[in-house]
Amino acid sequence: MLVLEDVHTHYGKIEALHGVSLEVSRGELVSLIGANGAGKTTLLMTVCGSPRASNGRIFLEGREITGDTTANIMRSGMAIVPEGRRVFSGLTVEENLAMGGFFNSKEEIRKSQAHVYELFPRLKEREHQRAGTMSGGEQQMLAIGRALMSKPRILLMDEPSLGLAPLVIKQIFEIIGQLREEGITIFLVEQNAHQALNLADRGYVLETGRIRLHDTGKNLLNNPEVQAAYLGG
Amino acid sequence: MQDLLYFSQQLINGLTIGSAYALIAIGYTMVYGIIGMINFAHGEIYMIGAYTALIAITGLATLGIAWLPAVLIVALICAMIVSSAMGWAVERTAYRPVRGRHRLIPLISAIGMSIFLQNYVHLAQGSRNIGFPALVEGGLQFGSGEGFQMSLSYMQITIFITTVICMTALSLFISRSRIGRACRAVSQDLGMANLLGIDTNRIISATFVIGAALAAVAGLLLGMYYGSVDPLFGFIAGLKAFTAAVLGGIGSIPGAMLGGLILGVAESLTSGYLSGEYKDVVSFGLLILILLFKPTGLLGKPEVEKI
Repeated sequence: MLVLEDVHTHYGKIEALHGVSLEVSRGELVSLIGANGAGKTTLLMTVCGSPRASNGRIFLEGREITGDTTANIMRSGMAIVPEGRRVFSGLTVEENLAMGGFFNSKEEIRKSQAHVYELFPRLKEREHQRAGTMSGGEQQMLAIGRALMSKPRILLMDEPSLGLAPLVIKQIFEIIGQLREEGITIFLVEQNAHQALNLADRGYVLETGRIRLHDTGKNLLNNPEVQAAYLGG
Repeated sequence: MQDLLYFSQQLINGLTIGSAYALIAIGYTMVYGIIGMINFAHGEIYMIGAYTALIAITGLATLGIAWLPAVLIVALICAMIVSSAMGWAVERTAYRPVRGRHRLIPLISAIGMSIFLQNYVHLAQGSRNIGFPALVEGGLQFGSGEGFQMSLSYMQITIFITTVICMTALSLFISRSRIGRACRAVSQDLGMANLLGIDTNRIISATFVIGAALAAVAGLLLGMYYGSVDPLFGFIAGLKAFTAAVLGGIGSIPGAMLGGLILGVAESLTSGYLSGEYKDVVSFGLLILILLFKPTGLLGKPEVEKI
């Protein structure tokens, strides 16, 4: 579904990713964990083509997307829940969702919207409210809902639990599990290693721009190295 | 009674000129809202709109077409098309290649574009001012036989009505349409809109085109109102409209409308009660005051970063 082959990314002269290779297969939930500054967000954004990889190749459903524009990449069955949520704060919940389904017909938008409201009844209640006035948890739900509007086959998620209350985090992870059941391939980037690995089929550990470990979610959870570094011993 | 009539006259004059300023100011504020840059060639786009309208009117006259609504509509459409094309071209040549560089670079290239367009019109049309036929003549008179007569010309009424139509259409477009919604989204977070697959370059082009089309409307209206155009026609009007945009809160469309009206009224009251020579002093003085005491403008919101 998504394949990275020896991907390097530069910010100016500084190399942030030093040759990352990984693979996410259809229907899988793959987690990428790593400390602050390991390059997790850079990796996701490189997949989206912003910034572009300076070296290496990226394939989405067998098609190479390495040099493609962000707009084109994001129109080919992939969607992202970005770091920091980035909802359009001045737009209403409904308008934010409509932006997510920008290239779909009105009929499709209505259907996807109904589906999102089913997943997050809270969003339905806030339909006409400006996104900027909502709580962090609600904004995160909106960010996920917006990403689902384009009916992606693969969903990239960048730290969806960041800065949220434990109860909301639990809810978000439940939704992620539910999306997997629906057959959406998910590539999840998290600092919340325990939850992320618990849910994942497979996991990767990223350290200073390199893949350090790669195993099934369960094995990584039990790996002493991972436990020491990411699970608080 | 006399005083009231005199005051109303100044008010009417001010609202007339102010609504035209507002039409031009929309272009500054929309472009700023989306890419955070001032389009310094916008005044020239307005000037080119006025010239195009004049050429269309002259052309129709030689063809013998004199039915006023037809003449006005054809002139308007020609002006809007040519100005929109110019707005699009300015973005492609002066902005897009240098976008993302240091802020001074697009600023300089926009000023360069402004100088180029001004001189191009100098060459093509000559530097003298050209008379603009007063197509809409006559008006209404108020007041008793002796003393001050307040007049409301049909031209002024035309300016009001056209502005109201344009502003309503724009507001509906921005708030209801799919592209309008995308414009708002892009102005809030361009990168995120891009991550939704939206070709943000197209949205940016669209804002330049919309701003230019409205400036062309103002060009035709003010050309007729003042009765002549010259290649520097856009310079002062551009500055004034820019002031109006900042006054109302740059980036805010209702702000640009309000700023234009306030500026127009302030200018005309100054001309009416002090002297016409002071009107620029007052308008730019207002700009300085606003920048000192409310830098975000009347309706602008401070940029808050939510963490």
